[in-house]
Order: sequence, then C-alpha cells, then structure tokens
Amino acid sequence: MNFDVAVIGAGVSGAFIARELSRYKLRIALLEKCNDLAMGTSKANSGIVHSGFDAIPGTLKAKLNVIGTAMMPEVTKQLNAPFKPIGSLLVAYSDEELATLEVLRERGEKNGVPGLEIYDKEKLREVEPALNEEAKAALWAPTAGIVCPYELTIAAAENAVSNGVEFIRNFKVEAIDFDGGEFTVRSADKAVKAKYVVNAAGVFCDEIAAMIGDNSIHTIARKGEYMLCDKSVGSLVNHVIFQCPNPMGKGVLVTQTVDGNLLIGPSAIDIEDKENTDTTSSTLTSILETAKKSVPSLTTREVITSFAGLRAHLESDDFLIEKSKVNDKFINVAGIESPGLSSAPAVGQYVADMIVSDCGAEENSDFNPEREAPVRFRHLSNDERKALVEKNPAYGRIICRCETITEGEILDAIRAPAGARDVDGVKRRTRAGMGRCQGGFCGSKVVELLAKELGVELNEITKFGGDSKIIYERTK
Amino acid sequence: MLNYDLVVVGGGPAGMAAAIKARECGIDSILILERAEALGGILEQCIHTGFGLQYFGEQLSGPEYADRFIELVNEKKIEYKLDTMVLDVTEDKTVYAVNKKDGLLEIKAKAVILAMGCRERPRGALNIAGTRASGIMTAGTAQKYVNIDGYMPGKKVVILGSGDIGLIMARRMTLEGAKVECVCELMPYSSGLTRNIVQCLNDFDIPLYLSTTVIDIQGKDRVTGVTIAGVDENRCPIPGTERTIECDTLLLSVGLIPENELTKNAGIGLDRVTNGAIVDEYRETDHEGIFACGNVLHVHDLVDFVTQESQIAGEGAARYILGKKGSPEYITTKGVGAVRYIVPQKVNIKNEGDVNLFFRVGSTFKNATVKVTYNGETLITRKRPRLAPGEMENVTIKNEMLKGFAGGGVIEITVEA
Amino acid sequence: MIKNITCVTCPMGCSVNVEISETGEIISITGNTCKRGDLYARNEVTHPKRSLATTVRVEGGVYNVVPCKSSEDLPKEKIFDCMQAINSARVNAPVKLGDILVADVCGTGVNIIATNHCPAK
Repeated sequence: MNFDVAVIGAGVSGAFIARELSRYKLRIALLEKCNDLAMGTSKANSGIVHSGFDAIPGTLKAKLNVIGTAMMPEVTKQLNAPFKPIGSLLVAYSDEELATLEVLRERGEKNGVPGLEIYDKEKLREVEPALNEEAKAALWAPTAGIVCPYELTIAAAENAVSNGVEFIRNFKVEAIDFDGGEFTVRSADKAVKAKYVVNAAGVFCDEIAAMIGDNSIHTIARKGEYMLCDKSVGSLVNHVIFQCPNPMGKGVLVTQTVDGNLLIGPSAIDIEDKENTDTTSSTLTSILETAKKSVPSLTTREVITSFAGLRAHLESDDFLIEKSKVNDKFINVAGIESPGLSSAPAVGQYVADMIVSDCGAEENSDFNPEREAPVRFRHLSNDERKALVEKNPAYGRIICRCETITEGEILDAIRAPAGARDVDGVKRRTRAGMGRCQGGFCGSKVVELLAKELGVELNEITKFGGDSKIIYERTK
Repeated sequence: MLNYDLVVVGGGPAGMAAAIKARECGIDSILILERAEALGGILEQCIHTGFGLQYFGEQLSGPEYADRFIELVNEKKIEYKLDTMVLDVTEDKTVYAVNKKDGLLEIKAKAVILAMGCRERPRGALNIAGTRASGIMTAGTAQKYVNIDGYMPGKKVVILGSGDIGLIMARRMTLEGAKVECVCELMPYSSGLTRNIVQCLNDFDIPLYLSTTVIDIQGKDRVTGVTIAGVDENRCPIPGTERTIECDTLLLSVGLIPENELTKNAGIGLDRVTNGAIVDEYRETDHEGIFACGNVLHVHDLVDFVTQESQIAGEGAARYILGKKGSPEYITTKGVGAVRYIVPQKVNIKNEGDVNLFFRVGSTFKNATVKVTYNGETLITRKRPRLAPGEMENVTIKNEMLKGFAGGGVIEITVEA
Repeated sequence: MIKNITCVTCPMGCSVNVEISETGEIISITGNTCKRGDLYARNEVTHPKRSLATTVRVEGGVYNVVPCKSSEDLPKEKIFDCMQAINSARVNAPVKLGDILVADVCGTGVNIIATNHCPAK
C-alpha cells in the first residue's frame, strides 16, 4: 500500500491532522494500533476546551490553544460534534490564589484570550450557587467550553475517511525503514509505504521516533483518574470549575459534560507503564475530597463510573511539533497534553501546512468539511421520531434504555466510515451502555447486533479489540 | 392516538398478574407494553426451580411460572405489544412508546400500571479500582448468556455479592463446567436464602467469604485476576488481608434497583428507602390512576409475592376505572428502628377488606417480636422465629381495626429481639 | 460420627446434627425444631437428592438452547453424570414446554423435561 502520508495514531491529533491533510490531493493512511479511534489519551480526559490563559506566552501550547479554541465553534458545527461554550471559572480561595488569578489574567491577555474578567465573591455566588462559600473570587473565561473528546476525534476521523483517508486499525507500528525516498511502516502482519510520516502516537511518540533513530523525545505518561456522576447531578455547576493550577497540571476540576453528567478529576501521577489506566481507590477518594473544596455537596452516591487516562507529558512542558532532526520527512507531534484537545484543530492545520509547504500538494476541490449529523433519537421531538421510524423501522427499537439509544443508531455506528467494531466502539459513538445500568441490559444486545452486522459468531465480539472477548464458546 | 382503559408498562410477572386481575374485575380494554421479544420478563432466564411454592404449591422454574400467566393473558385475550419501549408516561396518563412495527405510539389511558421491574447495580456504582478489562458483568447478564444464548461468559469465576442471583449463578456456572473460585460478601451475613447457600455453594464446595470484598481488578484485555480483602465493621478493607485470586471473570450480584425512570419523569413521589413510588394499599401512587407493583415498587425476594401484590394493583386500577374508588381518608405507615420500610406507605381507612403490610428489616433476628402500633398504642404483636434482611415479612391489619382508625393516624412497625 | 446439616426446608435454616454409628445407622438427630427437619436430615444423610435445572441444545430453533429440569429430584451424586448426558443431547425445534427431552436420564428413571417453548427458526 502506497501513500503520501502515514499518520501514526488515531487520537484527536492524528484525526485532525488526517482531516486537514485530506483538503489536499494526497493519499493518506491513518494507522492505529488499537481496534478503534480515540483509544488513548483522547478517550479519557476532561473534555475541556480551554480559553488559553494557562500556557506561558510565546510557547507553542499558548499559540495553538488560542487558535484551536477560536476554531472550535466552527469546526464542531461542521463536524456535527457537540460543543457547549459554557465558560470556565478558575476559583481562588486564599490571598495567594487571588494573586494567581491576576497573573493568569495577564498571561491570558498576552496570549490573546478574549473576554477574561475577575468575578468577585457576590458575582460568583450568583452565577455558581453550589460553589464553596469560602471562594474569594474567580477568573472568568467566556471562550472556554466543553466537548466530548472521543466524539470529536471520531467525527474528525470519519470526515477524514469520507474525504479519502484510509483508516487502518490494529496496525501496531513495530518498525519504520527509510530507503532515501520513502518510508516503509511495518506492523507484525502489514506494511505501508509513505513519503511522509507523522508521529502522533501520544505517550508512545518517543518509541515511534526511536524507530528512525530519533532519540530526542522522552514522553512521561501522567495518569489522570476521573469520576463520572449521574445526570441527576449534572447541573450542579453551570461552568467548568477549576482550582488554581499546581506543578503537575491544572488540578481537579468539576464540570458538566456535553451529555449532562457531572465529571470530577483528574488526579496527576507520573507512571512507568504507558498502558496502565487502572483506577485506584485511594486516588479516587482523594479526587473527591479535592473536588469538595470546589463543590462541598458532592458525594459518592451519584458516581456511576470511574476511569483513567494518560497524558503525554514532556520535560519542556510544551508541545513539540517539528520535523525530526534525523529525517525531515518525519514529523513529530509530541507532548500533546492539555490543552491538546482545545488545540487539535490548530495542530491539524499546523502539521498539514508543514507537509503541504514541503511537497506542494494541490488542493482537493472535492473536500467536504461537513460530517453528516448522526441520528440522536433521544434529542428528537415526538413528531421527528415518528417520521424517522416511518422511514427506517430500525430507529423504532430501543436497545439501550438508560440513554434511549435505538438499533438504527447502533447500526449507523457500525456502518459509519471508520465505524465501530467492538462494544466500547458502539458505546463511544452512540452512548449505548453509558447510562446508569452501564450496559447491564443492552450489552448482550449490542454484541448480537455487532455479530450480525460483521457476520461473525457472538463469541468473536470483543469489548475493545485484542483479547477482550465478552464470552467464550457455546455451553453445549 | 390510541385509547385504552388500562395500559400496563411491562409484561413480566407483575404486569401480567395486574392485567389479568383487572380483566377479571371487568376491564375490557387493556394493553400490555413489553420491551422484550416475549412476555415473561426476567423469569425467562431464571431457569432454576423454586418459583411458585407459595402461589401454586409447586416447584416451578421461572419460564414455567411465567408461562402460566402468558397462557392466561392469551386465554383472556388481553392485548400486548412486544419489542416495545415506553418512552414517557405523562401526568394526564398519556403513554408514549415506540416499536419497529407501529412506530411512535401515543396512547391515552384511563389508568396506568407501572410494572417495569428492577435492574442490577453495575460495577461503576461500587467504584472497584483496577482495569477496564472484559470479563466483568452482572450475574444477571451472565445468566442471560448461559441460559438464553447458550454461551459461557467465563471459565474461572469470582462472584462478588451473595444475593440469590449470585448464588444461583455460582451453581449454574459450575454445572456448565466453570470453576467458581469463591463468592465474596461485603456484609457479615449473606442476603441469599439458606437453601441457596446449601445447594448452590456447599454442594459444590464453593467457599463463601463473608465481610470480604473485591478491591482491585487485574488484566489488560480480559480479566486475569482480582484482589480480595476482608473488611472491618465500617466495611473498609483491612490492610494485610489482601490476596489475589486468578480468574477470567468477575460476576457482580450486589443489589437490585427498581427501574423508576418513567416514574420519576412523571413526577410521581418516591420513597427514599425502597427507591419505588409511595403508594396506598391498592398500590396507587400520588398521581391518581397511576399504579405501581412488583419490583419497580420495591425489590421482592419471591415472585409469588410479586404476583399477589400485582393482583392488588390490578384490582385497584379496575376500581379506579369503574369509578369505585370513592374519596379516601389515609393513615400513614412507618417502619421504626430495624424495620427499614413498609409498603404500602399509606392506607385508606375506608377500605372494605383487610390490608397486608409488607416490610423488611435491616439486620438478622432470632426469636423476635414484631409489634404494630397505631398512634403509639399496640395493636398486634407477632412472634417470628427468624427475621432477615433478605426475607420480606408481612402483617395483616384486619378490617375491624381499620374501621377504628381516624384519618391522619400513623401505624408503626417495630421489631424487638 | 456426627454430620452437621443445615436444614433448608424453611427459611429458619436450623443446624441439625445427625449422629451415625460405625455401621451407618442413624443414632440420633438433634438441633431441628420441627418434624420436617428430622426427615430432611435423615434423607440428606442416607440418600441426598437434588433437583437439576439446565439447558439442552436445540437445532433449528430461535434460541440455541431450551431450558429444562428433572421431573423429580435426582440422586445428588449423579448430578454431574446427568449433566454430561444432558449436554450431549440434541433436540430439534419446535420444542414445547413439558416435552421430554431426555428420558430416564442415566438410568435414574427420571425424565428431563423442557421448561419453556422454543419455536423453530
């Protein structure tokens, strides 16, 4: 298989890079080691679009954050991915933290963040009644918002695939050779050739770069654990609530999610094993305790699940997006931790520009920036539901009752460009199994639909690829 | 728009018994809405025997018990729609439902019976630390895979929770060739029936570890093991008691939650303890003409009691539709001390019959006395050789007693050791 | 020898001690609080029986398996032999509730009967 560009890693960065590249007449492969898109950092993070006051002025983080956040309303509209510009509040509880607010406001203004304002105690109580009464003031950032990180990734990748990008899953890169003109990227059983390679492998960027002899990157995996609460407490806060940052990151936040749940987290612990996304009871307890400083009424009662994700941290504390010093057709996109999600549209553009200015590719006049809106039965009016089921009866069968997800939506998720191949893939695309029963009722039905649609036996369906089988052989 | 006198949400044992009773009480126009492909509800996958001893005086399996009612539904020509999900029940008793064949249904009802049953508590609610590997499922999900689909969900199994479904699945998996390593129970006692502990665990030498929980799950793709630990009186893991058990499956049997989303959306008042609606002795909720029965009202241990309760709701709905309800005068009921809850939560003193009060205790008692008081005065005392949280109890308030009560009074039930 | 048995006749769950002589005769039964407990313990020590509920593989049905049970209790020690016999049985759809799926399982004189319907595909 011959391509112009091979993008390694189908997280939010890889997906946006592939999408931006598909605006040009280029043959693009999006290579992913897992069975689905968004399987690393992009599936388990806060889902925050940051306004951009955190990063040090002049850094790539600062630059791409502000551009990416400015692009977000338009991009999410094109991709029909949810985005809620609910704004953020960085809350100060002490005189020392009050000073931090001022520092960050100044920093934000230098970075070009619009609309920053300090809210005093009264204003704060008015806009955020559930907030701790000890709160003294907060930095209000109106351009901040929330997205669903994996849905944004999936939407961008789907759009890229619709525009000609080839998505190759279960492609774990094991070796990269360069013959002077072209790279050969190899997995255990496949190989692709490409003129350019983009290394967007998240926490594994260092290992991928080392395959061409570039040992300049050292990625630190920084684990963040989260707790997700039931929708009944989703509107406890109206905005993203930050505490003042610490050396390990932005601290524990409390926010609504685009689906109306409440999210608490993350912790920040550097770890050795880059695949360790275990949750630990002690960390979860400490997250809740820390989050209570923001919202004292939080309890474990409403927690429906917990999860952990890894951020790809670099010593330099900045994004590293540049041509490798070993081979200038090999582009490293490393250290894309927070605000990587906010920056993703800008990262995509930035990397596409690097390649296009080098190879001089023509624009693809067929490029369609729109991704068709997926059917969301739960959001429709009764009249719309009626019309929909008349057109296609599959939307008349509810599979997931907690989230009101229909068979039609699940079939769409499987049939989509770069569609779902496992139970978690269906879950991320449709929310089937994400409600309060966590798949207890619909899990086996999703397995049935996947098996039927993919033409395999029930016991070949996995939770998330690999050996994650749901059931074994027939009982008899 | 369709019109029915009575719409029953759910075609499990509760919904069917309620519909049949309403028919017997003279209601012709009845529609049962069932989300599965068949009537019967969860009984369809409960293939073990032990159902019906109270009601039929026979040892039936779940499907057999259900079949008796399915036959009656058909015999009495009660209408039902399968594969149909109810989306909304409004205050004015309009029911919105959807299926493939009819599309979106809007059904106007004179009365509605809510019989949606319950669901199992998932892992997330427990916040067990560890990986997100496959091989973690509720005992009920595993039961469906084994008994309906005919597939093995695991080969080396640890079960958390010693409720009856967990115990039943320990035996079921063992019979089908799996090795069940142990059953862990957080509490110092099992909430399962003694019979099930003997016949599902002891018979197969499966250890039951009380005051023990799962604190960690290992395995990247599929579960490879779990860490269990003893817990103290506050149910906190005791350091130093941890040990790891190799397994590929963790089954959870950690409690049932009445499925009351429709009830909540309709604005019906719920009891914080039962997680079900607050009802009177006919199981009518605080919304006139909307009734609830079975596990959606409170979790029962025997389906026989579900049937009895649902017949009461069916009769109540019929009375309401036929305009026989009258203007009630209520007294309230209240569990005190070890009595966690009582259903019904209120009783109409103008009721013409006896009223059974169902209740559950929060801890185990031997040779206990159940005391029922009215406005502080003792009405009834009953000796019970044994009371346990897993077993529902009931006392009957005779109609003569009821007649002596005044509206606004309070009946309390207490238990003395 | 004393054998301890938990009576399961009712929810009381009495702990019953059965004293057995060297020749296997029951000498005494204590701990039970009713006559049914005595009988249960006696049977449990001499010839324990269990009901068996499982599934049988169906060919051509809407489901892969149909649930079944033993028409009467089976000798406890034969449960796994019976499971093996039932697991190797095959029935063709349609199956009706009450159908005999395995007759005289393992020579016990007990039939295995379907406890649900399984229509043909």
